[in-house]
Amino acid sequence: MSAHTTEKTTVDVKSSVVRLRGVSKSFGDKRVLDGIDLDIAPGEFVALLGPSGTGKTTLLRLLSGLQLPDAGTVLVPPVRTVVYQEPRLVQARRVLANVTLGQRGKAAREPGLAALAEVGLADKARAWPATLSGGEAQRVALARALVRQPQLLLLDEPFAALDALTRLQMQELVADLCARHRPAVLLVTHDVDEALLLADRVVVLRGGGFALDRRIDVPRPRDRDDPAVTAHRKDYLSALGVTPRRPPLEHR
Amino acid sequence: MTTVRTIPDLAVPEFLGVKSRSRWLSLLLRVSVPALILLLWWYSTSHGWVSTEVFASPGQVVQAFWELVNTGQLWDFGLASLRRAGLGVGIGVSVALVLGLVAGLSRLGEELVDATVQIIRVVPFLALVPLFISWFGVDEAFKVALIAVSSASPMYAYTYLGVRSVDRKVVEAARGFGLRGWRLAVGVVVPSALPNILMALRICLGISLVGLIAAEQVGATEGIGYLVTLAQQYYRNDYMVLCIVIYALIGIGVDLVIRLIERTAMPWRRHGTAAG
Repeated sequence: MSAHTTEKTTVDVKSSVVRLRGVSKSFGDKRVLDGIDLDIAPGEFVALLGPSGTGKTTLLRLLSGLQLPDAGTVLVPPVRTVVYQEPRLVQARRVLANVTLGQRGKAAREPGLAALAEVGLADKARAWPATLSGGEAQRVALARALVRQPQLLLLDEPFAALDALTRLQMQELVADLCARHRPAVLLVTHDVDEALLLADRVVVLRGGGFALDRRIDVPRPRDRDDPAVTAHRKDYLSALGVTPRRPPLEHR
Repeated sequence: MTTVRTIPDLAVPEFLGVKSRSRWLSLLLRVSVPALILLLWWYSTSHGWVSTEVFASPGQVVQAFWELVNTGQLWDFGLASLRRAGLGVGIGVSVALVLGLVAGLSRLGEELVDATVQIIRVVPFLALVPLFISWFGVDEAFKVALIAVSSASPMYAYTYLGVRSVDRKVVEAARGFGLRGWRLAVGVVVPSALPNILMALRICLGISLVGLIAAEQVGATEGIGYLVTLAQQYYRNDYMVLCIVIYALIGIGVDLVIRLIERTAMPWRRHGTAAG
């Protein structure tokens, strides 16, 4: 296992919107999170990378209150929203009603329409979720998450189920919207390039702790082929346990 | 970013997950309401709130119960009714299951079967009693037929619903792997619709008791439905209440049996659902 090169980014503790201290969580014998600390600053976009089954989603579920930690404290801001891998829209309600879900009265209508306009679906307000494409449905889910103006936006592999082209468009949309609204974001993903494209800070979760935690100081909008971005890629891949192929390709 | 931000007050997130409760506490809560009712019954009859002429006391009912046990009638009655109910429910449920599957699986089946069955379904089966007596006489055939009809409609409705709510994508995939007709039904659709089908079985067994009471009012000399007629004829309040108790006990029995079937027939429900 690689050494834990944690280039700890110093965040002023008083000014963080997410504060985890010594958080542990086990499933049976498996200790998925082993006493982790994490701070996220307001408006900071953090991407969480990790191989499957390392507890990325568990961490997200702890933050959204769906699970309780075995030990440690989890502190979060009052307004939090989540975008899941699947859109999770209520099929029996129209798109606008889905966006304003849980909000009462006519006052929710205008912001709902505005949020739909922001994701480019102003004309779909009265459509039924079943009539939307996968990308459109996920944009509705994003509008639903943004309309509440969250202080913390949790993104649980929101692009994983989309086709490659839609994914690129969605990544740009998320980058734009987050730049405009500036919520603190925790993006869980498998995709190193996606993390490097979007995040201010990319963290690798492995073996119950953070194997790599580094700030990505590249101005936006970013180009995925920018050498300043790709320079990070190798480090992250090796932190994830992917060894780069050596030029004469060895077939075993 | 150098914009000044107000930091919101942080708090531990409200727990939205499912709280697990200990098995014993859960069992205790389940038992508590029936136990409370039983206690209330005992207390109100023993303290004269309710006259035992109107509602027999638990002691009288237990006595009546032992009377039936000692004369061997309980055993005979139970067995006679069990045979009728078993046969009737067996026939009704099998036919309804096939119809429900046909209607749920194929377009043609739905067009041919569903509308007709939905119309017939609304006819109260008790309205069929005189007709069935004229067809089958007052013997066993009439009783079994009545129970079969009574249990067929809930089974059909639930099977149809269950088959309809099986994930279309899974069915498509199974068709793609060459499963057709009977094998598709048995291999994919029925297991997936099993929760609904077992729910239907619960309801069918409940309704079959109604069928029993109706059927055993005519031309019967034994059976737990006949017991109701008997109590009415002799105006025995203790027997009237005993009938209710016996039906309640049958209810518990049915519930336990179906739970057992659910556990063994749907093992996938107990496994999985671990968050990753």
